Order: sequence, then structure tokens, then C-alpha cells
Amino acid sequence: MNDIIRRDPRTEWIARNRLHPEHDAVLARMGGSAPAAQWMGPNGIIRRNPHAVGFIGPNGIRRIDRSGAQTANAGGSARRDAAVAPTRRQIRIETPAFYVAVVADMPGGRLSAHDRDVLGLARQLADGASDGQGAVLLVSFGESREEGLGDAGVDRVVSFTGERFEGYVPEQRVTALGGVERQHEPRHWLFPDSSLGGAELGRRLAVRLGERPATQVWQIAIGECTGRGAAGSMDISRRLPRIVLALPECAEPVSDTTHAAESIAPPAALPQALRRIEDLGAVAVDPSSVALAEAEFILSAGNGIRDWDGFHRAASVLGATEGASRVAVDNGFMPRHRQVGATGTWVTARVYLAVGISGAIQHLQGIQQCDKVIAINTDPGCDMVKRADLAVIADSSEVLAAVVELVEGVRKEQRNAA
Amino acid sequence: MQRERNGNVTGDERVKVAALVSVGRHPVTGRPRRAEYDARAVEIGLSLATGGGLHLVHAGECSSESEAALRAYLGMGIAAVDMVQQPAGADIVPALESWLRELGPRLVLCGARGETGEASGLVPFLLAERLGWSLVCGLAEVESVDGDSMTVLQALPRGQRRRLKVRLPAVVTVDAAAQPARQSAFGPARRGELQRLDAPVTPDREAQGWTTAPARKRPKRLKIVKATSARDRFKAAAAKAEGGGGQVLTGVSAQAGAEAILKLLREEGVLR
Repeated sequence: MNDIIRRDPRTEWIARNRLHPEHDAVLARMGGSAPAAQWMGPNGIIRRNPHAVGFIGPNGIRRIDRSGAQTANAGGSARRDAAVAPTRRQIRIETPAFYVAVVADMPGGRLSAHDRDVLGLARQLADGASDGQGAVLLVSFGESREEGLGDAGVDRVVSFTGERFEGYVPEQRVTALGGVERQHEPRHWLFPDSSLGGAELGRRLAVRLGERPATQVWQIAIGECTGRGAAGSMDISRRLPRIVLALPECAEPVSDTTHAAESIAPPAALPQALRRIEDLGAVAVDPSSVALAEAEFILSAGNGIRDWDGFHRAASVLGATEGASRVAVDNGFMPRHRQVGATGTWVTARVYLAVGISGAIQHLQGIQQCDKVIAINTDPGCDMVKRADLAVIADSSEVLAAVVELVEGVRKEQRNAA
Repeated sequence: MQRERNGNVTGDERVKVAALVSVGRHPVTGRPRRAEYDARAVEIGLSLATGGGLHLVHAGECSSESEAALRAYLGMGIAAVDMVQQPAGADIVPALESWLRELGPRLVLCGARGETGEASGLVPFLLAERLGWSLVCGLAEVESVDGDSMTVLQALPRGQRRRLKVRLPAVVTVDAAAQPARQSAFGPARRGELQRLDAPVTPDREAQGWTTAPARKRPKRLKIVKATSARDRFKAAAAKAEGGGGQVLTGVSAQAGAEAILKLLREEGVLR
């Protein structure tokens, strides 16, 4: 069925007009299954149901028609659902006048907040040009697990996948970007100026193309950009160059439009890059030596932990940095510098595994920036379970023991296979 | 012959190492000092090239203030620093390039970015491109140097490390992940020598059109609620921060719960 609600203003008008000759007939037709707002009680008294008076308007607010004729209409709930989910405008750019290329870091295959800000900046440059509508071209390396590329403002995607682009291969990546440069000739290249790779790749490409980039840019006005210089103590304003390395929060991320994010084929036949750097892989780092504020994976303990040896063992087996809630620290089970929360450390982990933590508001503030939160708790109603992306309602020591057992089992199998 | 104090460095000949040093700026007082990251680069250089194998160069203006700052590098136990004299507003890259070509080091160390001027961190990239050498960013530690390659640990965000094998000659940048620099001693700083060298000057024309100002405080990002009605705005303002529809496993065995957790950990790639 079509869910557009058809209104008939004439019948509505007749229903409001008690003096109209067709008033009674129209009311009978409109009555339908709606509950009666008033009726005659058994003792001859008029009874009224205040909840049945009026109808839910398009904004989800109850509207009362004082004529008493129009009561709850059936379309109200459907309209309410439509109002709750904010609709983004769909935008599709068929033939762009030019491209603005963005090379996102995409840690873990997903757009970071910094990437989204840079995409917002690219959107400004693509939409604000006076000589036609530009398109934002996202260049990504490795497998992408991001589903909301269109919502982030991406019109076209070129993704380079395969073994050649895995690990630390800046030379290969710059060669690939050179291929994109030849094929699409973007008007601007935007990079996040971040230690995740954007800063290095942007500078390498700039040097390769012989362009002078603007680095640490935090503001772009018409044809001008402002960036930090001299270790952040100076602002340098200059004409907007072709290559821009932008800081976080350089622009607002795209929020009211959805773009097509069409995938286009990467340039074929890239020249073979000179391989002067060989990646020998990640080195095992003692997780307890990593600062809590920058740890990637935190296993955090709270008041619900009884078996502390099991907790420490789980942390070492999983390779997680240990954290704790304030109660665990106050009770002397964990050192003060391991405390997560408003009075302790504000953590930025990608995965935060909270064991036996109910989630005081101060603790939840401390984990605001974590991407994925997993909770193991016995209380299904606690705030941490509401915050968590995955919550397991069970005894924490049993679950931790099972996790350790599974991980060790897998490792043993791998060792036997090797 | 020099003593082989450092067990890391293998090979019969000693490695010729150059370090690019600049004049830094104290973040609070604004006084000239040795640049933090450059000093760390010199520290790595000292551990690699014992007894005179380390050459330091500074390209820039020569004033009494910058001299005092450069003497802080001499105080780390270095006999001499080459000062390639360049006026303010000159492009120092050609001067450094010709100096490096003349010296022919196997390894060039420098800080990730300067503390004065544009501080874009582009100098090592330009040098590596023009000389055709390899380039590694964010060095944490040099593990070994042999013949025509070296093995280094690169610092990644979140305290992680990556091992790389790099072909020499190479340009390497150093930032906060490397070991802190030693203190500068006053006596050696006085005794050390600053050798002034002359070099042709290339003016940096593009930078003359820039306007510079003391850094403005950046505006704080506001939480913007785009709601069409007052009801939505109120709901957004009164809402508690929530993860938004997480999965809750109730009444499952410990085994099943552990499996679900491990699945998520593997998806996120944090389990090694």
C-alpha cells in the first residue's frame, strides 16, 4: 500500500461544521474504529475519555480539535514513525565537474572521526565551487568494513585491496595515489594530518607531485586556509593549495545528506614501486607498559570481580591493558593509575571490556570515546549494560575462565598445526 | 680505533650518520632552545655512531641566540656542528641537500618537525625524494645496521611497534616515541665548535605571501541538534548517552557468552 496519507479537506471541513446538512453522515463514515471520546453512561450521565480526544499530529504531538468531531485518526502512528527517523536528502552526482580526493586513514576498516571531519571539509570544497558541482572521491586502502560511506558524504570510492597494499607500504600507496592523480586529476587532495598514516602519505604524495601542501590546517575560508605552524604557536594563512593536510575538527561532518558512494575501478597497470622498506610485522608489546589513555584494548575490573587472579590471567592471555573502576581501586585491588573514569584516566580504547562494572556516570564519562564496549555483568538493568554494544549477563569469573580456555585452545591448535 | 661500545651496531666499518638539528622554541617561555625531537634524533645518532661518526648540521640564520641554542647539542658530547648560513626566509632544502651530497652519510636523522617557522615537517620528505633515499617516519629504536640495510622499530599510535627492514641510505624522522635526549652539559657545550659554512641562498618566494599571527584559540565544537520540532529538541537535550541498541545475552552459558565476546574481539582485530 501507498503510505502517503490522503486528506480530504472537504470532509474534514464538513466534520467540523455541525450545521452542515451532511455532518452526521460524514461523522459516521469517519468514526471507524477509533474509541469513543464520550458516551452516555448507564445512569444517564455523559462520560468522557480524555485520552481519546484529539489526534497525534505529524510532529508526534497531540492535537485537539475543539469541535470534538475529529478524534484519533488511523494515520497518526505511521506519520509518527516517519517523524522519528530523520530523513537525509539523497544526492547523486552523475557527471561531476571536478573531483576532491580524500585519502582516509580508516583504522580497522572504518572511518575515524578525523576522517569524517576531513570528508566534511571535502564536501564544502566540492559543493562550494562556483564552476559546477564537484564530487568527493574517497581513496581507501585495504578491506573496508564501513557501511556508512554515503552518509559521510562520499560520492565515489576507489579502493585498493590486495596483498600489495597490506602493512606498511607507503611507496606502493603513493604510486597508487599517483595513478588516481593521472586518472581523475582531482582539484584538491585532502588528508587527515594524523599519525595513523595520513600525515606521512600526504607529505609523500605532495613531494612526489612537486606541490607544496598546507599542513595542520584547521580552517578553510573562500580560497584561503589557516593552519598551525611553529609547534602550534602560530597561525599561517595562505591561498588554498592543492594538497591539504587537515587537523581534527577542521569542519563539521556531513549530517543531512546521503551520497551515492559508488565504487569505481582503481587505475589499471600501476607502475611497480621501488621497495626500499620491508615490513617485518608488528612487534609484541607488553600491554601493561602501554599508557591507559592510549591503550587499544582495555580489560577493566569493577566491584563484581571476586577472582582477581583469574582477571589478571585473562588480561595477559587476551593481551589487554588492565583498567579498573573506582571501587576496585579504593578497595586496594588495583593501583590508582589504572583507574578509568572522571577522576582517573579518560580512555580512548577501541574495545573496552568491562567486567563487573555497573557503570557509574563518572565511569561512563571516562569511556565516552571507546568504540565498542562489552559488558560482563550479573545485573541486566545496570547502566553499563545499556551502554554496551554486547552484554553478557552471567557470572564474570566463569565467563572470563571460559574466554581464557577458548583462546588458549585456539593457540594450542595453531601451534600444533605449525 | 674507536671503541665499539654499542653492541647493536655490527659490520666492520662504522656507519656515517648525519643529524639535522634546528633551533627550537620553549613552549612556555618562548626562548630558543634545542628542539625536542631533534635532540632525540641526536641521541639515537650517538648510540649508533660512536667516536666521531656523527655529523650535525644546522641550516639557518646565525645569531647569538641561535648559537646558544645550538651549543646545547654540543653539550650532548659532540665535537662540532656545521652551521650552513642562510638568511631568514630562505629555502634551506637545497643547502641541506648539497651538504648531504658532499658528506654522503648512510643514515640521516632528524626530528619529525621543527618548532619555529612553518614547521610543516616536509624537510625530510623533500630530502629523501631529491636524494632518492628511503624514508621512515616515527622511529622508536634502531635495532641493527649492517652493510646496506638496517632493522628499525617504528612507533605506531597506541604504543604499538612495527619492525621494518630499510635499505640504506635512508632518511629517518624521530618523534616523541624515541628515547628522551640526554642532558646537555655546560663544559662540552662551551668547548665544542660551531663551524660556519657558506652556501648559495634560495629564497622561499611562496612563503612571502603568507600572513602569520599568534595562534588563535580554536573554537570548541558545539553539539548541534538538528530537530524539526521542539519535542525532538527536548528529547535530544534530555537523552542520556547510550550505545544505541546493544545486544544483550541473558540466560546463556558462560561458554556461549565467551564465544560471543571472542567473536566481537576477532571482528575488531584486537586479539592477536
